[in-house]
Parts: sequence; C-alpha cells; structure tokens
Amino acid sequence: MKKRTYSNPVGTSKFTGLLLVSPFLLGFLLFTLYPFVSSFILGFTNYDGTRDAHFTGFDNYKTMLSDSSFRKSVWVTVKYTAILVPLKLAVSLLTAILLNAQIKGIGIFRTAFYIPSILGSNLAVVIMWQFLFTTGGLIDQLTLWLGLPSVSWYGEPGNALFMIILLRLWEFGSAMIIFLNALRDVPKEYYEAAKVDGCGGFRAFFRITLPLLKNVIFLNLVLQTIAALQEFNAPYMLTGGGPMKGTYTIGMLIYNEMFRYNNIGFANAVSWVLFVLITVIVYLMFLITGRTRKEKP
Amino acid sequence: MKKLPLYFILTVIAAVMLYPLLWLAGASFKSNEEIFSSIWFMPDSFDLSVYFKAWETVTPYTMGHYFINTFLIIIPKTLFAVISSVVTAYGFARFDFPFKRLCFALLMGAMFMPAIVTIMPAYLMWSKLGFLDTYVPLTLPALFAAEGSFVFMLIQFFKGIPKEFDEAARIDGCGALRTLIHILIPCLRPVIVSISVFTFLWTMNDFLTPLIMISSVEKYPLSLALRLSADSTGNGYEQRKILAMSVIGLIPSIAVFTAAQKKFLSGITAGGLSG
Repeated sequence: MKKRTYSNPVGTSKFTGLLLVSPFLLGFLLFTLYPFVSSFILGFTNYDGTRDAHFTGFDNYKTMLSDSSFRKSVWVTVKYTAILVPLKLAVSLLTAILLNAQIKGIGIFRTAFYIPSILGSNLAVVIMWQFLFTTGGLIDQLTLWLGLPSVSWYGEPGNALFMIILLRLWEFGSAMIIFLNALRDVPKEYYEAAKVDGCGGFRAFFRITLPLLKNVIFLNLVLQTIAALQEFNAPYMLTGGGPMKGTYTIGMLIYNEMFRYNNIGFANAVSWVLFVLITVIVYLMFLITGRTRKEKP
Repeated sequence: MKKLPLYFILTVIAAVMLYPLLWLAGASFKSNEEIFSSIWFMPDSFDLSVYFKAWETVTPYTMGHYFINTFLIIIPKTLFAVISSVVTAYGFARFDFPFKRLCFALLMGAMFMPAIVTIMPAYLMWSKLGFLDTYVPLTLPALFAAEGSFVFMLIQFFKGIPKEFDEAARIDGCGALRTLIHILIPCLRPVIVSISVFTFLWTMNDFLTPLIMISSVEKYPLSLALRLSADSTGNGYEQRKILAMSVIGLIPSIAVFTAAQKKFLSGITAGGLSG
C-alpha cells in the first residue's frame, strides 16, 4: 500500500489542519452524534423521565403503527409538505426572475421581499398572523370586501393547515435569494441569442432558464422539504395542533409526547421515524432526478 | 415605458409582503372596534401610552429586562460562532490532513440533522451536567462550529482569497494562526458580518431551544416573554398591548437587517446560504 502524502504549507504538518477542525469534531461528538445515538437507544425503552428505563424492544414502534394520532400526524406532515414546497418554489423562482431585471430601485424590492423571511418563526410574527386570521380580522374583512364567503380559519382543519402554509409561503425570501444568485450567473447573451431566433419570453424561460437552474431548483427543493417535514413552531404557536389534529405535525407530536406526556422513549422512537422519513424522501429525490451517481450540486 | 408593468407587479407584491407588518404597527394604536372595522392600517389617532404599558409587559419584568436577557445570549453566541466557524473553515480550506473527506462529510451531515431528533438527549445531558435554566445550552454549542452552513459559506470565501497571500505572510515569518488573524480575517469581513447577522436573527427567532432549556421567567428571552404575555392576556385593551409588544419585539431584527443588508446580502451571495 502506498503511503499517502499531505501537501501543506511550509512550517505546518498534516496535524495542523486536524488541530484547527478539532473543535468542530469535538462538538460533533457531543452535540450531534451523542444525542443522535442516545435518541436511537431511548427509542427502544419506556423511559418517562422519572423511573428507570427498561428495554422494551420494538414496543414503541408497534404502538406507533396502531396509534391514530401518529398516523394522523404523518398524513398532516406529508400533506403540508406536498402543498407548501411546490408553491414556495414557484413563487420564489418567479419573483427572483422579476428581481433579476436591471432596473432602478430594484434593491428596495429585493429587501421588501426578503424581510418576512428574516423574521422566520419570530413569535411576534405568529401573533400578527393570529390577529390577521382571527374572526373579523383583516383577512376576514378582505374576503367580505371582495364578496367572498367568510372562511373559518381556526374552526376547520384544512383551513387551519392552509393558514400555516400561507405563513411559510409569505417567508419565501430565503429560497428567492438562492434563485436570484443563480440567475445572476446566467449569461445575458443566451437570452439575446434566443430573441434573435424569435424565441419569446415564455419559451426562453422553459428552454433556457429552467434547464440552467436545474441544480439550484433541486437544492431549494431539498432544503425546503427538510424544513417543512420538521415543522413545529407555527402549529405549536398558532393552532396548538388543532382543530381535530388538523395541524398536528410530526414535530408537534414529538414535542407533546416528550415534554407534555413524558413518553420520552416513545417520542424518541417517533423522532427516529421522522429522521428516516426525511432521509428516504431526500434519497428518493436524488434517485428520481438521477443524481445518485453524480457529485453533489 | 416597457418597464412600467414590471414596476407595477413588483409594487403589488411588495405591498402584499409588507402590508401585514404595517397593519400590525397600525393596529397597536387602534381600539378593538377599529381593528375589526377597517382594513386600512392607519389608526385614527396615535396614542403612545399603549407602548409605555407594553414596555411594562404583563409579567413581573419589563421588556428591557427581556432584551438584556436576549443580548446575554446573542453576544457570546455570535462571538463563539464567528471564532469557531472561521478556525474550522480555515482548517478545511487551507490544509490537508488525515480523514479530511470524512470530517467534511460529518459537517454536511450535521447540517441536515433535524433538531427535534437530538433535542431530548441534549436536554437530558444538560440536565445531568446541571446547566438547565442557564444560558450555557443556548450559547456553548456555538463554540464548536455547530452551524455547519457558516463553515460552508466561509470555505467558499477562503477559496476566493489567493494562496499567495498566505505564502507572502509566511515568508515574513507568520505562523498559521498569525496568517489567519492578520491576512485572512480582514478579507473575510463581509462573511463575518453575514454570520453575525444570521446568528442575531436566528437567536431572536429561536423558540424551541429556550422553551425547553429555560424555565424561570426571570431568565426568559424575548420570545418566551412574548409567548407568556400572549397566553395570559384577555380581550380589549390588553390585546393592543400584545400587538405593541410584538412591534417592539420585531424592531431589533428589522433594524439589524436593514442596517447590514448591503454587506449581508453580498456575503450570502458569495456563499449561497440564506435564512
């Protein structure tokens, strides 16, 4: 076997780099790997925070299969992700294309579109959303003004979930910035050539923009899907998971089982199922788009 | 002239994006009937007294107290995050070492680890170490380059700095660390601003970690104090107080973002990272 050589600047050795990244490695062991493994082990126990834990084999996983709240939460989470992510990608891509125009004052618009996303799940924003959608609130008045029937946002499960989707959609700025950066790298000549060939705006979009942005669209798809599958803050603060568990995401279930009902073993088993679910969905995305053999974008 | 429709569309979108925030600010001055009778954000009159009342909160402490708590978390966390991410990225970008590929894979892996999977064991660990209800669980992980995306962003930036800079410094007798401090860090200023701003914003927004780790109201950061006030508030005048508290709670984030936005957006432009 050939011995590997390390090329490093004069005066440093192959251990200099290792020394520099050692805080990260230590942190990884303490704050990622250790909790990750111990969560896996806890998932096979009946630990409740007070009594000693006992190994119960696959009991937690069997309970899950027959637990209607669990099944409901998986369905809610998948539905939420499947509606939110495509909407968010479409809105952020279209606004990024508009913002890519070289016109005066575009910076102001960019800032305006980005501000909601920096506020993220800030509690103040959630309180604002609560007031906007409350009975007789701004949204109610708007629908009335437009002559539409009044919508019960908190009373009907589907509407409550849609209210949360709208909150996250409002925060499309972070995905938009990623698209905007990618669009900046598309050579202007491509569009000019398309124009010469009589290719209009729409066709140029489908023939030039979309193919060139393939990798960035995929990156955003993965990032947004991972975030959506973990949704906890918005339902926790806006709806408490209701009505009729219509917004009871897996994140909500884990939190409640963990800190409210003290079913710590069960909660950790569920969090592992969530982890596996995220991994499988992301892996499928790589598989379907034929990216498994290639390097990461 | 061709640009007019574009301006129109952009203005409409901007209005939809910002109107809720304007409405929130306006509603804090409105009476209940006014809130529920008009979609226009402007209140009939500006009565600032609601803001003095809001500052008092419905808890035993003022908002000033919660702001100080929040900054007691943000300041060390930002410092820790900047130092540890820069040092780690420097190691990855400029040096070759055993298991480098594995280490980099771990960095990427940690980025995609759902917080909800690790939070319970982390809670139990901090509980055993006796650090629950202190700011240690909220700040200390930042000292270990816990935010992989920051390291990633910095590595991209390091790649943009010519290696000749390092070599010149070395000829002048600088070691690895002095090269970093004197030559490279000044070039990294835009990313360091981005990292600080992100840490600020994310800490202002973070709710789950303090909710789990902090139990005494005295130590609550702003987010938990808002939650407590919103939960223990009735109707009528008290609601305006909550709206005013929310406005006060949003001002720091919007102010920091607006102040830093030019540098900040150029920093994420280079690194491909965003909220």
